[in-house]
Amino acid sequence: MTDTATNPIDAAKAQTPGRSLRFGTKAYLYTCLIIFAAVVVIPLVTTALGGFKTLGDLRGNAFGLPSTWMVSNYADILFSQRYWLQMGNSLLIAGLTVFLTLAFAAMAAFTFAHVKFFGSQFLLNYFLIGLMFPAATAILPLFIRIRDLGLLDTYWGVVLPQVAFGLGMSILLFRNYFRSLPTELFDAAFVDGAGYLRFFWHISLPLSRPIIATVGIISFVGSWNSYILPLIMLNSESKYPWPLGIMVYRGEFSTDWQLILAFITLTILPTVIVFFAAQKHIIAGLTAGAVK
Amino acid sequence: MTETVAAPGLSAGTALARPKVRRARIRGKWPVLVLFLPPALLLFTVFVILPMGEAAWYSFYNWNGYGLPTQWIGWKNYELIFRQGAFRNALVNNGLIILVSICIQVPLALWLATMVTKHIKGATFFRLIFFLPYVLADVAAGMIWRFVYDGEFGLVANIYHMMGLNAPFWLADKNAAFSAVLGVIVWKYFGFHMMLFIAGLQAIDKSVLEAADIDGATGWQKFRQVTLPLLGSTVRLSVFFAVIGSLQLFDMIMPLTGGGPSNSTQTLVTFLYSFGVMRMQVGFGSAVGVVLFVICVTLAFSYKRIFMKND
Repeated sequence: MTDTATNPIDAAKAQTPGRSLRFGTKAYLYTCLIIFAAVVVIPLVTTALGGFKTLGDLRGNAFGLPSTWMVSNYADILFSQRYWLQMGNSLLIAGLTVFLTLAFAAMAAFTFAHVKFFGSQFLLNYFLIGLMFPAATAILPLFIRIRDLGLLDTYWGVVLPQVAFGLGMSILLFRNYFRSLPTELFDAAFVDGAGYLRFFWHISLPLSRPIIATVGIISFVGSWNSYILPLIMLNSESKYPWPLGIMVYRGEFSTDWQLILAFITLTILPTVIVFFAAQKHIIAGLTAGAVK
Repeated sequence: MTETVAAPGLSAGTALARPKVRRARIRGKWPVLVLFLPPALLLFTVFVILPMGEAAWYSFYNWNGYGLPTQWIGWKNYELIFRQGAFRNALVNNGLIILVSICIQVPLALWLATMVTKHIKGATFFRLIFFLPYVLADVAAGMIWRFVYDGEFGLVANIYHMMGLNAPFWLADKNAAFSAVLGVIVWKYFGFHMMLFIAGLQAIDKSVLEAADIDGATGWQKFRQVTLPLLGSTVRLSVFFAVIGSLQLFDMIMPLTGGGPSNSTQTLVTFLYSFGVMRMQVGFGSAVGVVLFVICVTLAFSYKRIFMKND
């Protein structure tokens, strides 16, 4: 239970200092690294390029540059309503999930970290049960519950279970962080007559930006990429988030690979851009839950 | 639901009176307990704990989800599960994923981690590239690889065509499909394990390695005798995540194969989906969920007990 919140994994951190390497070693290192980087990148690049090709071009020339650049493949998708609708749906679902997860987890974790009450340890362990099994195990009763609540085919039917299943990890991360804040702060605040509520709002939260970012990133990425919950809870295509939309699109254009590739590229593009723009935070966030 | 919240709160007053008098006087303890805990508790109970309990209950019924479950059939759903060939495939496949993770993915991740923590230009860039697949959605990764493996337009097909051969449809071949899926899993997740190892490597005290240097240890000796033993806890953590991840695998399989051909690429969750959800067999699907739950909890607990007790 080391505290990674204060000590996150940082991809950009300076490498191990050491003497410079021999040329042979370097050549060996770069060869291996480049080979593996190619294995990672080639499927992605050929997917993006494939979106610019014609189907015939794809058959004979999947690796090379397009012989004619079919910009219309991309343009048609970008000017279509469905792409933006799906992105909007995903963003809305993820936004709601992040907001509720942050609010509920921070509040619950605050009580576990600072308020002494009977059964606090028991309740904390109760939440940690949620870490042990994936949402899939209870997916059918969950479906029936959502249906009986009348939330089937609504955004809430996806958001609420997502929040609920994220709570265990989020509460754990928040609680560890709150406990790592210096106790002098409390003593000072309480001596000055602040109650718990004001302490939470004016001191704990403003100091918690790193952990808010971590939990926010974990729940956003989880929700943005999630497939099984929306698959089961949503029926109408107008509410589909993009992972479902991609499957529908593929179903429609089953062998028009050039269109499917363009669609895949456009749907993963936001992720790739955000990843490179905020890589430090994203890597630290996504691995924080792991090393908790 | 509200009772469960109120009960521990009620007795809190007496428990707190003694140990810290000063704390007891802090204002707003009640509002905090009453305002801050219930939202999380309610949501968690309604959408996580109760469904799990209900899964156990439904699993003894033959029920299509409408009305109330009335047709009690005892352990029959469980018997049915274990008689299904598809379920055995799923179990074997989940086992294979764990095996491949331990034998290929973890060593590969560790090896790459040792390379990208060396003092070379572009190391950070390589780390980002290797981590990129992990950030992508499983569905997108599955879709991309469906294209890669496509026997007519895909990359594999193009390589075969270049050599003047007929391309195979790996994903449609029940003997090859799961190996192809395993490849995608390694591609998608090795970056995550690599990051764990990078963190582990950075935590190693450099003076130990310098001492080994002075004693004239070769690179391999240093790795085998110093680095690897110090990375023990990271290796165990990494394998732990591989096990947990394998039990949840679903999103990637659906775009790749959907569990086919002839159920050769089912995992436990895709099995639950195709045999429980798709056919609206709530009782049967719930029973699969319970089996999955038992496997998850047993593996997680015994793994932590046996391998991670000192970590």
